[in-house]
Amino acid sequence: MSDHSEHHIVPLKVYFLVFSALMILLFVTVGVAMVNLGPFNIYVAMSIAIIKAVLVVLYFMHVRYSTRLTMVVAAAGFIWLVFLLGITILDYTSRSWIPGSYQ
Amino acid sequence: MDTTSTVERVSATGIISDTIRTNFLNADYGIKSWLLTKDHKRIAILYLISITVFFMIGGAFAAMIRMELITPEADVFTSEAYNKVFTTHGIMMVFFFLIPSIPATLGNFLVPVMVGARDLAFPRINLLSWYIYVIGGLFTLTALVLGGVDTGWTFYTPYSSTYSNGYVMLTGIGIFITGFSSILTGLNFIVTVHKMRAPGLGWFRLPLFVWANYAASLIMVLGTPVVAIGIVMIALERGLGLGIFDPRLGGDPVLFQHIFWFYSHPAVYIMILPGMGVVSEIMACFSRRHIFGYKFIAFSSLGIAIIGFLVWGHHMFVSGQSSYAGIVFSLFTFIVAVPSAIKVFNWTATMHKGRIVYSTPMMYALGFIGLFLVGGLTGLFCASLGVDIHIHDTYFIVAHFHYVMVGGSVMAYLGGIHFWWPKMTGRMYPEGWGRFSALLVFVGFNLTFFPQFIAGYLGMPRRYHVYPPEFQIYNVLSSGGALVLGIGFMIPLIYLFWSLKYGEKAGPNPWRAAGLEWETTSPPPTFNFDYQPVVDHEPYNYSEIDARSSATVSTHSVQEEQHV
Amino acid sequence: MSDAAHNSLVAHQFDDARQQQEAATVGMWTFLITEIMFFGGLILAYMIYRNQFAESFHAASRVLDVWVGCFNTCVLLVSSLTMALGVRAAQMGDRKKLVLFIIATMIFGAAFLGVKAYEYAEKFEHHLVPGPTFHFHGVPGHEHAPNAEIFFSLYFAMTGVHALHMIVGLGLMTWLLRKSIKGTFSKDYYNPVEICGLYWHFVDIVWIFLYPLLYLIDRS
Ligand SMILES: [Cu+2]
Repeated sequence: MSDHSEHHIVPLKVYFLVFSALMILLFVTVGVAMVNLGPFNIYVAMSIAIIKAVLVVLYFMHVRYSTRLTMVVAAAGFIWLVFLLGITILDYTSRSWIPGSYQ
Repeated sequence: MDTTSTVERVSATGIISDTIRTNFLNADYGIKSWLLTKDHKRIAILYLISITVFFMIGGAFAAMIRMELITPEADVFTSEAYNKVFTTHGIMMVFFFLIPSIPATLGNFLVPVMVGARDLAFPRINLLSWYIYVIGGLFTLTALVLGGVDTGWTFYTPYSSTYSNGYVMLTGIGIFITGFSSILTGLNFIVTVHKMRAPGLGWFRLPLFVWANYAASLIMVLGTPVVAIGIVMIALERGLGLGIFDPRLGGDPVLFQHIFWFYSHPAVYIMILPGMGVVSEIMACFSRRHIFGYKFIAFSSLGIAIIGFLVWGHHMFVSGQSSYAGIVFSLFTFIVAVPSAIKVFNWTATMHKGRIVYSTPMMYALGFIGLFLVGGLTGLFCASLGVDIHIHDTYFIVAHFHYVMVGGSVMAYLGGIHFWWPKMTGRMYPEGWGRFSALLVFVGFNLTFFPQFIAGYLGMPRRYHVYPPEFQIYNVLSSGGALVLGIGFMIPLIYLFWSLKYGEKAGPNPWRAAGLEWETTSPPPTFNFDYQPVVDHEPYNYSEIDARSSATVSTHSVQEEQHV
Repeated sequence: MSDAAHNSLVAHQFDDARQQQEAATVGMWTFLITEIMFFGGLILAYMIYRNQFAESFHAASRVLDVWVGCFNTCVLLVSSLTMALGVRAAQMGDRKKLVLFIIATMIFGAAFLGVKAYEYAEKFEHHLVPGPTFHFHGVPGHEHAPNAEIFFSLYFAMTGVHALHMIVGLGLMTWLLRKSIKGTFSKDYYNPVEICGLYWHFVDIVWIFLYPLLYLIDRS
């Protein structure tokens, strides 16, 4: 059990770089929120949030250095979330397509 | 074809003298050794006992329903009481019996043994899951004793969140808690199957029962939290006055249905997938053949687990959901029928030209195929948008899902219990009684639920206890069938108990079955094997097993296996 | 059984430390995806209502203080960094640093909850808690929000469930702290630190989404 890849020790520099990136992105997202981009505000905000989440997952949570199985499991969570959100949204957005229907 | 009615077994005597062996049952004594055990086999037994209790409670409420429905008038219950009775029947059966039934008992017992591991990956979490299950059950029972809940097992808003004055909160908390036991079981299985397989046991050498439980675990892990948060939202609304589904604030009660069915449709596959795994094992063993289309069955389990998440809206065709979404949900529902059909096809092909032995487990498995076929095919009727508008909320739906959940899951569960009973207890059950009760269950089941298809199609709505007199004949038939079914369930309960003491001793492999679980002793030792099992052959190698045993016990000519 | 490979740090069901560690990591990740789906239900409700009641959500969101939320996000990000450094210290077998980083993580976590409590108290004062006393005034120019109560219901549900997870996280940290002071962890055995770290980072990620969803809807 001497040499396995899980024992990969991430250099301090990486942690601080990731942390700085997270802080910068935080202020970027606050800044962008102050600008009126119409419907695009939400997309920008969510994109930045996703980038931040991916940084945390890859570096703080070591997924970049983990087995493929861990990556698959982590990805599955997000895919199923898309199932839940995407299909339900399909219902709500298409409710008004039939003339004279509810909403 | 050998269709002799006696089930052959390799005699136990002469292989081992199993009177002095230590096994998981006699390794330790006393109530504490059971309540604090980390042995997955003992936890499986604990689950077995507790789900049987909940099954009997749920069954008692089913009996009350059938009693009330014998006449078109309200004889036994007020409308309010009747609402509580069918709600309790649903909640007990779905959340406390069907969902844990096969995974938590047979799965818990067998998955580690089948993968050649000493235990599940997280034994303490496994024990925790049982305690969580029991605590959740106690909450729900408390609600029941205090006065029950009348929302139906579906807890539709805004009735459940605002208007119902039953014990919604207490029951909700119970189900929320029990959900975690299901999550923990699923988590344990996933990690165990990935990380604990014995040397040589690749994915395509795993028994199909393991594949099925793995697929069901995916659903438990990915679906259960969604219904959990749905219950939390109802609780917040009822308890703290938050308004998430409240129409007075602009909230949408249909949103709850989305959240609820996102879990509760796949939950049907939590019930049925492990059952399909059981049937695959039984089918191969008692047809004495390699299972036909191994990979198709394995991948169809995964296919069902994934596509099963995309169909939930078929419960909401008349809810105000968009018709376009309805079309998509309908389409996916038709698609999810394909992997199920693949399985049925492969089981049939397995039996084809096999030497079928009509043992008790096999009779349950055959019953499963027949009933599941009816349940599955009527499911396609229900999935058709137009037809569903006619049959929605009628007894047709009730009959449909009972064919799947009772005709499917419960048949497979009973078949599995009989199949692995010698492994779990070291004793044989009385074969004659077994076959008799299997037949009784099959007949009783059809008598109970087939008339409901007709009554439902003619327009009898579900959840009513006063109905037009023209439906009485179907309800009388149904109630009569329920009596037969009830007797069919009671008989195994009695003789399985009896067999614990008086049953014939079973050797390690009474069925001459393939699989790691049959290589160890019955009952297995605490760490399952006295040696590190290594797998060097394909699964379901029945032709090899029979060729080997025909050298000693020459009852069959091997010739028959040549023309496949 | 391969008794040779067994030592007291490897549980009986595992063959070796590596198998144990991988199992624990996959197990934790599996648990985390259940958490994703758990929050998923709330995010779903949020998405649906935000689309339906855009105007109310815009007006209601303006009542929340961006800078308090921003400060809290910083606090949580720092706690994530200290947690990551804690895991690193454990990997290197540096017990003293491990203890220090766990304490730091706990302090930042507690600070987050403190700020959250302050925000909740403010909402109580301003009648922004859903229920019979709810009354929405809004900020100048953004007073019209007929469905503000739904926004605040979701606000309390989402941040409340998140805060609950923080409290559980603090519990885990306390347990870790006790163990690491006792010297349970070493270069060869630091599983629990890593696993609890995963949980802590996950709770952080949830907040990374909650902050823009609740505080930053419309600030232009
Ligand atoms: Cu369904």
